[in-house]
Amino acid sequence: MQCFASSISRPGGVARDSGGAAVMEMMDQIFVDLKHWLVSLAPAQWQPLISALISVAAIIAVFASLFAVTTILERKGLGRIQNRYGPNRVGPFGLLQPAADGLKALTKEDIVPRSADQVLHFLAPLVLVVPAFLALAVLPVGRNMAVVDLDAGLLFFFAVGAATELSVFMAGWSSRNKYSLLGAMRAIAQMISYEVPLILSGVCAIMMAGSLSPEKIIEAQSAYSGWVPHWNVFTPWGLAGFIVFLIAAAAESNRAPFDLPEGESEIIAGYYIEYSGFKFALFFLGEYIGMFAVSGLAITLFLGGWHAPASFLEWIPSYIWFFAKLLGIIALFIWVRGTLPRLRMDQLMSFAWKFMLPMALVNILAAGIWRFTPGITRWIVCTTLVAGSYVLLARGLAAHSSVAKRKYRYAE
Amino acid sequence: MTPLHGYLLISAMLFAIGLGGAITRRNAIIVLIGIELMLNAANLNFIAFWRFGPNPEALTGIVFVIFSIAVAAAEAAVGLGLIISIYRHYKTANVDQIDSMKG
Amino acid sequence: MFKGSPKSVMTVAFVILGVLTLSSGIAAMMQRNLVHCALSLSITLAGLAGLYLQLDAQFVGFAQILIYVGAVAILIVFAILLTRENEPGSQSRYISNGYLGFGLALALFAVIGGAIVSSKTLGRGQVPAPEATVRQLGDQLMTRYVLPLEVLGLLLTVALIGAVIIAMQEKESKSPGGTK
Repeated sequence: MQCFASSISRPGGVARDSGGAAVMEMMDQIFVDLKHWLVSLAPAQWQPLISALISVAAIIAVFASLFAVTTILERKGLGRIQNRYGPNRVGPFGLLQPAADGLKALTKEDIVPRSADQVLHFLAPLVLVVPAFLALAVLPVGRNMAVVDLDAGLLFFFAVGAATELSVFMAGWSSRNKYSLLGAMRAIAQMISYEVPLILSGVCAIMMAGSLSPEKIIEAQSAYSGWVPHWNVFTPWGLAGFIVFLIAAAAESNRAPFDLPEGESEIIAGYYIEYSGFKFALFFLGEYIGMFAVSGLAITLFLGGWHAPASFLEWIPSYIWFFAKLLGIIALFIWVRGTLPRLRMDQLMSFAWKFMLPMALVNILAAGIWRFTPGITRWIVCTTLVAGSYVLLARGLAAHSSVAKRKYRYAE
Repeated sequence: MTPLHGYLLISAMLFAIGLGGAITRRNAIIVLIGIELMLNAANLNFIAFWRFGPNPEALTGIVFVIFSIAVAAAEAAVGLGLIISIYRHYKTANVDQIDSMKG
Repeated sequence: MFKGSPKSVMTVAFVILGVLTLSSGIAAMMQRNLVHCALSLSITLAGLAGLYLQLDAQFVGFAQILIYVGAVAILIVFAILLTRENEPGSQSRYISNGYLGFGLALALFAVIGGAIVSSKTLGRGQVPAPEATVRQLGDQLMTRYVLPLEVLGLLLTVALIGAVIIAMQEKESKSPGGTK
């Protein structure tokens, strides 16, 4: 397998023609050059292993610290949306809260129920975290900065995403708890249902780029016409696909408004009721890393990867753009979590199968029409197709629910 | 003892394991698991012969295995639906208690 | 331990994956607890996916994980939970005269294994890895194998509808029809 050999030559380097831009290219590739230098210090037969280990350590370090930052961002953000301060005791403005949370998780007693299935109970957090980190391996974090460049990279991503569902079942089953099992069943049904629109909405980006490799999909979005980049999200089918993908991604990571399996007011903690201490922290970590991975995939498929939004901004390093877009999507998820109420199980399922799936299929049709129609007609045709089917589906599904008009009673 | 021999022996062993389980276990779902193991052993055989065979550019082995995986998934779904339906009627999933057509 | 040369690394990885696959296959067929059987099956399928990746069949390896581990294993687990006995573990796991079945499986392996080991046409050595990109696979599926592909789509649709109808609860029991 060609995966572990690091490529010394840098394909697709930025073409520059002025002196100061060499500094910018060095900044852009600084981590790649650092890794090559570190690998060259090792003896020749260990170099593939050392290269792989350095990439893995870098990914784990970066995304675990992003996890810590996201927890504090989420709690402060949710607090402000709900008209309260978030945590503000630990450190200035509560910014050291992740350290306090980490210490608490590490030192809490690890309680395992006596009748629980010990082996499965122990393995379930691992089976969640390992595929979540594996999925980060194919995402191009910057120019030439994907850990491996697989030919079927996107299929690998979806495959390890599917493997996390087994861990949910293991956690729910091994706890020997009715609520735990019920939460696990709901979670698995939800994850399987939303996997279909997730993959189908990614298929249109794959169709346009003609490859399953994330590098090539980003390359297909690299052109600029004037100042506007040719990202997939700026096309009708791309916008619809992006929205469907993000909704399905929120459902895959069990995030609100799709967090019925783990909603605190519903079923206490769902499938991880019986977990405490470090294992619970591992579940939390696995869920957030899954969210980062699927947001990173949304960026790769629809938002142009590590490309800048305007051609005159290309001098900013590529990884800065990737993480800026990633933070934007995380902020969007936090915003949606704080704003929308939770969906019920049957609403969730009918949303997936009756709305998202037909929408994703219509999107594929629109992407196909886009490919073969020239000029301004393709904008008109694709926009009417996507918008028309959205209106038809939404009206058609809403016609079945007869809800009386709401009457408001105001206090005097 | 080339690598091809190794893969074929693993495939044969897995097939035998699947067969042994499928014809000796009581629970119908374990029988189905045995059948899935047999199908997977055959898939491994196909891929091994594709890799070490005379014409790998035709991708015949890979295409066959893709179709085999898809058909096996469909068959597992229908088979499990049948087992659930039988369970509702007989209140058991043991294959040797579903004998009302005997004799 | 880590030799670095491709052939010995392949052999080490091959042995580990082979042992993992076969031992979890045996565990899948012999355990008493049904959920443990299903999870051992998942390990077997993942081990097989690793073997496919060793054989440079990347698409098939990832498709195996996506379809088998991600969907079929979970389907089996759901079916186990829906068909549980009230009193597990009191009866034997095997049918009566089960040793005949074991004997048959052993005899089958002896025959096939003997044929493999003593074969004269399987003498091929190391063949360079073929290039099986997804693009070539897509081309083949859309030109040479397009009829089986369409028939497969039809088959999957029929299986989906059929499985739902078979497993659906009957109308006269006054329950809301339609399980998944």
